[in-house]
Amino acid sequence: MISTPFEYSRATSLDDALAKLGATKGEGKFIAGGHSLVPLMKLRLSEPKILIDIARIPGLSGIREKDGKIEIGAGTVHHDVASSALLQRACPALSDCASEIGDPQVRNRGTLGGSLAHADPAADYPAMMLALDAEIQVKGPAASRVVKASDFFQGLFTVNLAADEIITGIQFTPVKSAGYAKLHQRASHFAIVGIGAALNVKNGVIQSARAGLTGASSHATRLTEVEKALEGKPATSASVEAAARGAGAALEDINSDIHGSAEYRRAMIPVFTERALKQALARIG
Amino acid sequence: MAVAPVLPKLVGQRTKRREDPRLIRGRGTYVDDIALIGMQHIVFKRSDVAHGRIRSIDTSAAKAMDGVEAVFTGAEIAEFLGPMPIGTPFPSPEHRAVAVDTVRFAGEPVAVVVAADRYIARDAADAIVVTYDTLPAVVDLELAMTGKPTVIHPAFPNNLAIALVPSGTGVSADGSTVDDSAVDAAFAKAEVVISQRMMNQRLAPSAMEPRGVVAHFEPGKESMTIWSSTQNPHILRSFIAALTGLGQDRVRAIAPEVGGGFGAKINIYGEEYVTAAISKRLGIPVKWTEDRSEAFVATTHGRDILGYVDLAAKRDGTVLGLKIRLIADIGAYNMLLTAAIPTLTMMMANATYNIPAIRTTLTEVFTNKTPTDAYRGAGRPEATYFVERAMDMLARELKMDPAELRRKNFIKPSQFPFATQMGAIYDSGDYEKALDLALKNAKWDQLKAERDAARAQGRLVGLGLSMYVEVCGIGPSAALPTGGWEHSQVTIERDGRISATTGASPHGQGNETTFAQMLADQFGVPMDDITILHGDTGVVKQGIGTFGSRSQAVGGAALQMAGAKVKTKMAKFAAALLEAHEDDLVFENGMISVKGSPASGKSFASVAAYAYVPVPLPPGLEPGLSDEAFFEPSNNTYPFGCHISMMEIDRQTGEPTLLRMVAVDDAGNLINPLIVEGQIHGGLAQGIGQAMIEEVVYNEDGQLMTGSFMDYAIPRAIDFPRFELDATVTPTPVNPLGAKGVGEAGTLGSTPSIVAAAVDALSGFGVKHIDMMLRPEKLWRIIQGGQQGQGGQS
Repeated sequence: MISTPFEYSRATSLDDALAKLGATKGEGKFIAGGHSLVPLMKLRLSEPKILIDIARIPGLSGIREKDGKIEIGAGTVHHDVASSALLQRACPALSDCASEIGDPQVRNRGTLGGSLAHADPAADYPAMMLALDAEIQVKGPAASRVVKASDFFQGLFTVNLAADEIITGIQFTPVKSAGYAKLHQRASHFAIVGIGAALNVKNGVIQSARAGLTGASSHATRLTEVEKALEGKPATSASVEAAARGAGAALEDINSDIHGSAEYRRAMIPVFTERALKQALARIG
Repeated sequence: MAVAPVLPKLVGQRTKRREDPRLIRGRGTYVDDIALIGMQHIVFKRSDVAHGRIRSIDTSAAKAMDGVEAVFTGAEIAEFLGPMPIGTPFPSPEHRAVAVDTVRFAGEPVAVVVAADRYIARDAADAIVVTYDTLPAVVDLELAMTGKPTVIHPAFPNNLAIALVPSGTGVSADGSTVDDSAVDAAFAKAEVVISQRMMNQRLAPSAMEPRGVVAHFEPGKESMTIWSSTQNPHILRSFIAALTGLGQDRVRAIAPEVGGGFGAKINIYGEEYVTAAISKRLGIPVKWTEDRSEAFVATTHGRDILGYVDLAAKRDGTVLGLKIRLIADIGAYNMLLTAAIPTLTMMMANATYNIPAIRTTLTEVFTNKTPTDAYRGAGRPEATYFVERAMDMLARELKMDPAELRRKNFIKPSQFPFATQMGAIYDSGDYEKALDLALKNAKWDQLKAERDAARAQGRLVGLGLSMYVEVCGIGPSAALPTGGWEHSQVTIERDGRISATTGASPHGQGNETTFAQMLADQFGVPMDDITILHGDTGVVKQGIGTFGSRSQAVGGAALQMAGAKVKTKMAKFAAALLEAHEDDLVFENGMISVKGSPASGKSFASVAAYAYVPVPLPPGLEPGLSDEAFFEPSNNTYPFGCHISMMEIDRQTGEPTLLRMVAVDDAGNLINPLIVEGQIHGGLAQGIGQAMIEEVVYNEDGQLMTGSFMDYAIPRAIDFPRFELDATVTPTPVNPLGAKGVGEAGTLGSTPSIVAAAVDALSGFGVKHIDMMLRPEKLWRIIQGGQQGQGGQS
């Protein structure tokens, strides 16, 4: 549990962080909460030569409402997302999701940006980012860009983020009628299967729906068949149950490990899809 | 003269642990906190294959690194360190602390680096290049018994460490003659026979503090001090003295704060021998600290015993006979007590019942896994599990209430002391009383109605009940190769404060508190005036250690005996001062006075001062107030209890939730009920962990799949309901305290009651038994199978 030797420096601003990263010529890594990176380093599965600490960059953390959207800084720890009064009012499913990550130690250190950049296939946030159609704000040495969550998670630990870029935050239009439901892996409390779901309902009719899946596959992915099945349907339990029934049926790469076989995970996708959607239904107000 | 404050009696009080403030504030000193001038650091290079011949080891790159003091291969270590001893009389293959030519489990040490710091040592270990001729690995115990695909130790055909040892009715004490007639007759007249294969799965003990060693050999004095995170520093001293060739008078072993042991720190490990031997070889202090990844492979595992259980009964529920064929997967080597642990399973097969005929047999098997040894309960949870699961299945088969089936078969209070079929003499017990209290506290009939109401709504809710009896306070000396006694020395210091040593080296049991409570009452002084010293063979002259729930029952009795000797002498000094007869004196409220006239007394401190400057010296007395005692119990103690569980299983996902955990434990007289409850909480946590979320898993190649807390679940507060505890008190006659021991109790009754609750919850799907752990997928498959009409797991 001892990492290989590394240098450490603390970034004072985003520009400073990017400059410091660039200077490492590919041998550096950002560190914020360290709850994804440090365990890998201790097992010597990741051996960065230089760590650039971005945890104390001013303005990188925080949750705010702006022009009808919510912005969350990449450095915001899970506990702050879980306990945010703003989110609990405007988008409680995201708070719920954060409150189910890991354990209290993880939630008080781990950050939103770190979780998204690491993209563990069983991480909770990615499913919720997909459900909320969130945009991930990315800054590089030359320019900033915004990536839709549905374009961000690309493969096993692989995201749409260049080696010289940093996640600065996310933004999304808050959805009150959303839910997150998860089958906990009892050791790590990662998701064996986790589903984020959001409903856009008008006059009792589902105008559109979004659902994101984590834990079951190599990376977080949208359940488009569920989304399509809900469109135009009445916002009722019966609609939700019908739509959830086939959730994930078309998925081909299903994970299998000691905590759950592929068969079990596949069977759990409809169960937790229904549960997430029912949470969303219950919040239509 | 001022009236002395009245001191309350402390034994039996819920006194808070005096250990906790320093531990909670981070002011404890653990092995890894110890630093000596010139100290070097050890890291072990470990095998990444489960079975293979070492073809080559290249240490040149490691040796060339800055800060590396020395690198030793297994062959080089073997030049100055002999094979590891074991503590049981069973045959055992040679076991080198560092493998010489063959590795037999993933994680076995193959080389040792000594360097200026841990970080350099770790990097140097990575720079050692080892090549192996990989051999097939075997991880399934029943496959291993066929000798295929590999034989791990050539001298042990079919991987049988112990081919077959019989025990029970008709078996002579030495096992040489076996008469099956009584057992056969019992099964011949049975109206119902329950037969079930049950796996009591492998667990990782996972103490919060991993192991660690500092060894300091002083060449000028030809003596060694060794600090180790151990449960038994005196046993460590004996073995280190033997293997280093130093006498026991030249070795001092110190167990500073020990952050949990759970039985896994009884064993004397290769890392302890190697660290000591290297310190002696190089003449410098060296330290080794186990990291968490190492702890999963290098610290012994627990359980991993398969039982084939047959229970014979009449249809009215009368139990007639029991057969248990035990097969223990002991991993790659015999450690200190490895071979003996499953013999405790045999010993406790009689459980709490009158069973006219019992036959157990034990086979122990080598596999390419980490060796097993003691783990909280050590053989007794397995016995409880096998018998109680069979009783539960019998109740279900006969459609009897599980409580009433037990009641019908209990050993009655009038039968104690009770000689079991397995050769044990149960000291005392009232099993029905514990059962009745548990039923009352759980509101058993109401609970059954709640369960039925929940089922009527389609919920999968179940109830489970289990009795247990365990063996604790192990003694006399015939029962333990180390000796079955415990030692204490009590000293009244010159200022009237009291220091007392105990050889029962605590590592979480709270003996600094309970022993101070006892002495405070014995001498009538404030508890704050008393210090309990332990864990240092330089201070504590003799001792065995803390394991098998023995520290209070055996160590506490030794303390009380030593205290009584000193008190007798102190009374003589006080009698001289008071011009009274020593038999007329009372020790209370910090005073020693003549009974009935407290105002005439002398302060405790003034009598102590007089004893050290005795002018005049009373005739027949030596100066000073210090004495010691060895307590040898006449027998083990046999605590018991009843645990009741209520569980709900999610019909869609198979996730189990424990709704209720009601426990009644009888540990005899309680010195401190608060500490007892803490011990039961910890035991329940680990029992619930085994039943529900803990399991060591290897893949077919012998690679550990649960090598971190990401994959091996340690139970946390969120995994438990509120524990509903209560106690009955049946004192033991085998020690003067009447205390039986309680450290392991929680692991015994909880697991079978929880599995019984799960089986009850899923009984509608035709399931009769479910092996632990209760993985959601396993339960989901039973539900799926039942729903599809295919029957469940049997």
